[in-house]
Amino acid sequence: MSIDKKITDDLVANDISFVTTVPCKQLAGVIEEIDQREEIFHIPSNKEDEGMGLCAGAWMGGKRPAIIMQNTAIGVTINTLATLIQYYRMPLPMLISYRGELREPVACQVEMAVHTKALLAQMNIPTYHFHNQSDVEELDMILKYTFMCNKPVAILTDANFWGGYGDQ
Amino acid sequence: MIRSEILKEIAPILRDQLVVCNIGIPSQELHAIDDQPTNFYMLGTMGLSSSIGLGLALAQPKTVISIDGDGSVLTNLGTLPTIGNNMPSNFILMIVDNGSYGSTGDQPTYTGRKTDLAGMARAAGCDNVVEVQDVDTGKALQEAIDAQVGTVMIVKCDSGNAKMPVITMDPVVIRDRFMKAVEA
Ligand SMILES: Cc1ncc(C[n+]2csc(CCOP(=O)(O)OP(=O)(O)O)c2C)c(N)n1
Ligand SMILES: [Mg+2]
Repeated sequence: MSIDKKITDDLVANDISFVTTVPCKQLAGVIEEIDQREEIFHIPSNKEDEGMGLCAGAWMGGKRPAIIMQNTAIGVTINTLATLIQYYRMPLPMLISYRGELREPVACQVEMAVHTKALLAQMNIPTYHFHNQSDVEELDMILKYTFMCNKPVAILTDANFWGGYGDQ
Repeated sequence: MIRSEILKEIAPILRDQLVVCNIGIPSQELHAIDDQPTNFYMLGTMGLSSSIGLGLALAQPKTVISIDGDGSVLTNLGTLPTIGNNMPSNFILMIVDNGSYGSTGDQPTYTGRKTDLAGMARAAGCDNVVEVQDVDTGKALQEAIDAQVGTVMIVKCDSGNAKMPVITMDPVVIRDRFMKAVEA
């Protein structure tokens, strides 16, 4: 089974029915997959803090949300994570492409990669790092954990996890 | 009219609806005028009232009114295309356009100069955009609720703030109370 399908199956199995995304090349497959699943309402957002607002509203309306975004968006969303998601204690699984790690071809991506884990740690956000494809086995548990504790939780997925960049 | 006078006038209409209220003095005013469990007060996160309201309206069937501000919409302009392309019939975005950042001392925003929020909302794909003067807010809001089509309202009014106490309610209490009202 493809990882894109496995990830989407786990979202559906955990009753996640509202997903917002801002694309990353690594996330193209999973975004395409969730877009096709009728159990999931997919609403693209224009900026990740906007997306987190949508997720906060959806959760208060009784739907389990998730956001799919690139790690550079940590720089965009710190205020929203602190003053909305954490302050009001809301669950939010964040499936994050971890650009700027091993096998990264674009040098600028490294500039946010070096801050990513430090920022998440500073925010006390539980953080998981998927490096090998088999790490995806933990996703189901991570999602259950997120909705158990009502916190934002980061799942960083690097290029090695996604199988590299092909010929980019 | 200033924002607090409008809120006082429409309080009886808002009372029966789910309301997401903008950060700062707008929330303080609404809280002081007519605190309701159906009000979600934003204590921070400038810009996201429209996004939270849209997410809520998409997730459940009750009518949702986001009370927003010109400054806050300008800081989250990406919200307009998202609303325009996903507008549910139960969502009303009411932008109180006082042409200023009211909460921080009424510094002017660009809507007081050349920028036209109604035009921007239309260009973003919002089909039902109404621009009203402060005195007509209640009538226009009731019409939008009754029409059951998603609506963006731009309410033109004067800048100025009423002196109201800070909200001291715990955010988790606000949120929990609100979620129970959503479900009720
Ligand atoms: C990121 C960020 N920048 C600035 C502020 C300060 N701030 C709080 S409310 C506000 C003004 C909001 O203006 P508007 O949305 O027009 O609402 P009004 O008070 O005029 O009704 C500002 C600038 C903030 N809370 N967060
Ligand atoms: Mg204003």
